[in-house]
Amino acid sequence: MSSQAQPVLEVDGLVKHFPISSGLFSRSRDKVRAVDGVSFAVAKGEVLGLVGESGSGKTTVGRTVLRLDTPTDGTIRFLGNDITHLKRGQLRPFRRQMQLVFQDPFSSLNPRMRVDRIIGAPLAIHEPGMKAAERASRVEDALAMVGLPRNSGERFPHEFSGGQRQRIGIARALMLRPELLVADEPVSALDVSIQAQVVKLLLDVRAQLGLTILFIAHDLAVVGHVSDRVAVMYLGKLVEIADTRTLFSDPRHPYTEALFSAAPVPDPTIRRKRIVLAGDIPSPINPPSGCAFRTRCRYALPRCAQEVPPLREVGKGHLKACLRDDLDLVPWQSQALTAASA
Amino acid sequence: MTPQPTTASADGPPLLEVRDLTVEFRGQTGKVAAVNGVSFDVRPGETLALVGESGSGKSVTSLAIMRLIQRAGGNRVGGSIRLRRRSGDTVDLLAVSEDEIREIRGTEIAMVFQEPMTSLNPVHTIGAQVAEGIVFHRRVSRKAALAEAVELLDLVGIPEPQRRIRNFPHQLSGGMRQRAMIAVALACKPNLLIADEPTTALDVTIQAQILELLQGLQRQTGMSIVFITHNLGVVAEVADRVLVMYAGRIVEEAGVVPLFGRPLMPYTQGLLRSVPRLDMMSGAHEELEAIPGNVPDPTAMPAGCAFHPRCAHFRPSLCDTAVPGLEPADPEHSVRCARWRDVAAGVPA
Amino acid sequence: MTADTAIAPHGGQTLRRSTRYRTLRRFTRHRLAMFGLVVIVLLVMACAIGPSLVPFDQFQLNMRARFREPFATVHILGTDELGRDLLARLLMAGRISLTIGFAAMVIAVTVGTIVGTIAGFYGGAIGSALMRFVDAVLCFPTIFLLLTLAALVSPSILTITLIIALTAWMEVARVVQGQIRALRERDFAVAAEAMGAPDRWIMFKELLPNAVAPIVVAATLIIARGILLESYVSYLGYGIQPPVASWGNMLEKAQQYLTTAPWLALLPGLMITLAVASFNFLGDGLRDALDPRSDLT
Ligand SMILES: Nc1ncnc2c1ncn2[C@@H]1O[C@H](COP(=O)(O)OP(=O)(O)OP(=O)(O)O)[C@@H](O)[C@H]1O
Ligand SMILES: Nc1ncnc2c1ncn2[C@@H]1O[C@H](COP(=O)(O)OP(=O)(O)O)[C@@H](O)[C@H]1O
Ligand code: SF4
Ligand code: SF4
Ligand SMILES: [Mg+2]
Ligand SMILES: [Mg+2]
Repeated sequence: MSSQAQPVLEVDGLVKHFPISSGLFSRSRDKVRAVDGVSFAVAKGEVLGLVGESGSGKTTVGRTVLRLDTPTDGTIRFLGNDITHLKRGQLRPFRRQMQLVFQDPFSSLNPRMRVDRIIGAPLAIHEPGMKAAERASRVEDALAMVGLPRNSGERFPHEFSGGQRQRIGIARALMLRPELLVADEPVSALDVSIQAQVVKLLLDVRAQLGLTILFIAHDLAVVGHVSDRVAVMYLGKLVEIADTRTLFSDPRHPYTEALFSAAPVPDPTIRRKRIVLAGDIPSPINPPSGCAFRTRCRYALPRCAQEVPPLREVGKGHLKACLRDDLDLVPWQSQALTAASA
Repeated sequence: MTPQPTTASADGPPLLEVRDLTVEFRGQTGKVAAVNGVSFDVRPGETLALVGESGSGKSVTSLAIMRLIQRAGGNRVGGSIRLRRRSGDTVDLLAVSEDEIREIRGTEIAMVFQEPMTSLNPVHTIGAQVAEGIVFHRRVSRKAALAEAVELLDLVGIPEPQRRIRNFPHQLSGGMRQRAMIAVALACKPNLLIADEPTTALDVTIQAQILELLQGLQRQTGMSIVFITHNLGVVAEVADRVLVMYAGRIVEEAGVVPLFGRPLMPYTQGLLRSVPRLDMMSGAHEELEAIPGNVPDPTAMPAGCAFHPRCAHFRPSLCDTAVPGLEPADPEHSVRCARWRDVAAGVPA
Repeated sequence: MTADTAIAPHGGQTLRRSTRYRTLRRFTRHRLAMFGLVVIVLLVMACAIGPSLVPFDQFQLNMRARFREPFATVHILGTDELGRDLLARLLMAGRISLTIGFAAMVIAVTVGTIVGTIAGFYGGAIGSALMRFVDAVLCFPTIFLLLTLAALVSPSILTITLIIALTAWMEVARVVQGQIRALRERDFAVAAEAMGAPDRWIMFKELLPNAVAPIVVAATLIIARGILLESYVSYLGYGIQPPVASWGNMLEKAQQYLTTAPWLALLPGLMITLAVASFNFLGDGLRDALDPRSDLT
């Protein structure tokens, strides 16, 4: 991961607003500000984690970055190419180099297709000249790589469990050896004991293939486990981004602190005082003025309602979007330790 | 502050005694024993966590306690569920009359579900739904009940309860709906609250709110809580005692500290090792261990110990012949494993 | 990653077999649908091979054997006003009615599926333009449309088939459009898009196979309607022209003799009812059996 090398993905000022259609004739001026100015870059071979609450815009970032949605504003550069405004046909050559793994292992596989056709589809589309026998052997290799029996291809998706379907989805995504993988909550829908299997699989293939991954999740522990760097989203904006170790040991944004505090720790000997955020995440149709987090922030000042905090550097590669620098936030470890010793 | 293993455990007999509970569903693919010989006690004032993967029988157990399982169509509910009522009598919930169980539901046992949207009635206001239980069970006037509903909504932390009682469920956020659901459950001050994955559909920050709320309410009212979840982090935070379920059976039962500190059943051990923790940051990938294989198909249960196809300690002809019994490793810690002594002694797999 | 390669998939073969089995069982349990299926099979067989077994030709006149009653002579179902064997005519008419019904269905389903798929897939301007057009055609009273067209073009089997198809494809288009639009939002369609699959692939390989069930149901109902419409226009004299027999024009002729030879009207009427009802029953049964809520586990 040399910092000189060109990033695989560069996102600059990404905005995605969804219009709210309120009936046939009245065109409402309201819109859902799903993503509201997000910038980040992912270096080759890096795993960038994206965390945030439901509705914070993680999926929208993932889908827009892959140009499954068209951004309202901003630029997306993939391997140095500006793909922001490419048409569907023009995007096709890039498609083989960027892939997606879905959250829902049940709706992401076509129920009427056999597994070998599902996994072979990327080949059939991008290498239509390939001989059937070669395709079949590539499919078998892919199945073996994700730890499924070689003969799984003859079956239909509903014959597999959630974890196995997720493996099928990963095999399909990796078929063309993509450069970039966007994994949108790939383990959230799985059983606890299966989650670890899929996380390990992703880490294995990443090591084998040198994949670059945008890993979306709402579980901080999973994200921290998988990612080299972590970006925290709130209401369509990035509020903090840093390498995993720094973020976990030295969070600088009040929202990050609260997220850590809310995450339950699987150790009954630690009973901490949780920082409980009041209220819900506000509506992205009408976000609060100034700092979007101010309605739930325990450190909010009057000026937080006026100024929109820019994402600015507070350490090497550590950025945050909070107006206050005088805060002494507690990383999760000390939250735990103080509680245990008390 | 280390948790006291059940402050209330000493005072008197258990509130609820479940003995040999068995629930069989007859489906098109044959009989499925969703719950198989489950026995446990719920003590007054404690939080008992029921953990296990999806399909392990957690929800069926809780529905059986509420007697909400249809016995028609060849479904069978066996065993006994003895509840110590407020009056001091002990009754078997599986044997009491329809009228009596209806009276018990809501007044003495109440339930909170995972998806509040499906368990709240979409066509009635929140206020009406909270008040309904009060009117039904305590026969007070509608006006008094509504006033009490406002208090309850306030108690569960819904802002502006005066205004919110007029809202319909879809007008509330997920977290608020769950609060409303809890308010409905608490309307008649039950002794036992069964919460089936009450935070699974919620964000961590909202989950923290709901956990805080439930714990606070328990401190105030002294009710017992059966807390069903698959999230071990949540278990560690709320539970006094833990039941681990696998494939319809209890496989381990212990206080929360011994369970996390010295798990004896290989499944529990695997489960604990497969949870990523905040202290296992990037760079420490190796620590995460996955349990191989899948949860068994309920129509094709493995013989003997149902966990044996996935178990590293598996011994042929020992583990795959008879179902191991639930043995006490010490008075407060039981385990269902033919090799628990070896496992506990650290004999390598 | 290797440890679990040996574990057989959850549920495995049993699950898949049982899904199909359950679909089949739901269907076989549907009494009326089974009745419909049996009647349809018998009807098709009778119309296909029956005429060659009956010792009379449908056009063979016999002025000495007019108005023979059924079951009284060698003419099992009797004869008509020109002494033609009624059974032979009914079966040949059945051939025509069923052929028209099937052919109209094939055309309507093909056109409707293509229009519906394109409208559902592209949505936006193309989609809404197509669907507006469909709605406009749907607004026309079918019978009126049918009669106008039948009066304008010279009636033949081909034109009648086309006209019936013309009045039936819109419903298929509607159903398919709705399905495709819903399926488009599913993750597997997004996955295909993310793979860079061409539109044709997404429409016909990914989406359409998932919309087969409602199309099959619609197809069955279209056959029923086709038979009914053909009878109707023929009855009104705009359809199949005598001497070629169709249930509809047989019925029309029989009107004059309603009191003297009621079987002449009764029998074709019965055939129409039987065929139409059977296809409707079959459609209902398929709808229940293929219900995706119970089909997809
Ligand atoms: N097609 C759409 N039309 C209108 N609004 C949308 C659309 N897609 C997403 N949104 C809105 O955009 C916001 C962000 O949604 P997004 O799905 O990106 O969130 P997320 O962070 O992935 O949440 P989750 O954790 O629940 O998956 C939400 O308020 C959502 O309702
Ligand atoms: N009404 C029912 N009919 C048939 N099987 C059922 C029914 N309800 C639950 N089951 C089965 O019982 C088993 C246990 O389910 P459940 O208690 O819901 O699991 P969980 O531990 O996830 O709550 C599962 O195999 C489930 O499919
Ligand atoms: S800018 Fe103000 S409101 Fe926003 S996070 Fe910082 S202190 Fe809180
Ligand atoms: S009984 Fe055998 S297979 Fe089951 S958990 Fe114990 S050692 Fe493993
Ligand atoms: Mg999402
Ligand atoms: Mg459940």
